[in-house]
Amino acid sequence: MDTTAFRRGVRDVAPLLLGIIPFGLVAGIATVNAGLGLPAAVGLSVVVFAGASQLAALELLGQNAPLTVVVATAVVINLRLLMYSASIAPYFRDFTSRWKAVLAYVLTDQAYALSVANYRSDSEADRKWYYLGVAVTLWAVWQVTTVVGALLGTGVPDAWGLEFAIPLVFLAILVPAIEDAATGVAAVVGGAIAVVGAGLPLNLGLLVASGVGITAGVLTESATGGTDGD
Amino acid sequence: MATNYGPVEIAGVIAVIGVLTYACRLSFIALFGRLDEIPPVVERVLRFVPAAVLAALVLPSFVTLDATGFAADKFVAGALAAGVAWQTEDVFATMVTGMGVLWAIRFLL
Repeated sequence: MDTTAFRRGVRDVAPLLLGIIPFGLVAGIATVNAGLGLPAAVGLSVVVFAGASQLAALELLGQNAPLTVVVATAVVINLRLLMYSASIAPYFRDFTSRWKAVLAYVLTDQAYALSVANYRSDSEADRKWYYLGVAVTLWAVWQVTTVVGALLGTGVPDAWGLEFAIPLVFLAILVPAIEDAATGVAAVVGGAIAVVGAGLPLNLGLLVASGVGITAGVLTESATGGTDGD
Repeated sequence: MATNYGPVEIAGVIAVIGVLTYACRLSFIALFGRLDEIPPVVERVLRFVPAAVLAALVLPSFVTLDATGFAADKFVAGALAAGVAWQTEDVFATMVTGMGVLWAIRFLL
């Protein structure tokens, strides 16, 4: 173990915890609000370990949406992990399969973003241990905060509208995801259709809106000539 | 808003989402060597997933058009939080603004 690299990863991720801690608490509280117990909160956080999809799944379970819709929605939200996996894979090429399996499990938005930035900066830090410093810290903080949130959850009065914190978290992730006109069109179209389709049965509004929004983005990019990849 | 699903169904859903999410994470990390890069078509489509999906999740919480009526408190709180998100790109600041405005409207006005 390269403790210097690991500690550097922990230090670099520390400022981001300010966003992760309330997010984790909300995920825990949302579990209770959806009528699920502590085991489900722990299960979601350990097995899925992807905040936005956990919240979406909880919201849909709370509304008794069909289980296929719950799964489809959560997985669609996590499709972005494919991009991170592809982007970070060249840096993990020389590791053993067993290490790759472990590193993949703790791959998150933040672990991806910090690590790739560090690798590209020609840092001397050991790649594996820097990544683990970031990713394992996030993992541990996420587990603890969701459990704390689930334990606190029942004590919070309804009037506080704590479930409103969930779309606020999504909003904070959404804004940086709008990088150009085409992604802006995808967001506007996806959002507008979701508002109109909110009454659709089986929570299909969300999936339809996502699909049409993605299509609108791709078409916009084609029409404007696009950015030609990167 | 509480689920009618039992523990077995919940556990099943968690397991399926977990396996598929892990598959997304492991995909290219495991494939490299056999597949050298993400197919351009896939990459083009994936680029729009976060914006479209997140917007579809967020907007209906801020703007309600259904039978429950228009919720002005959520709309105002959401709009101000969106402004803060735009300026700061900070999760914490966005949450503090949105919840703060919602509570101010509900408890102070």
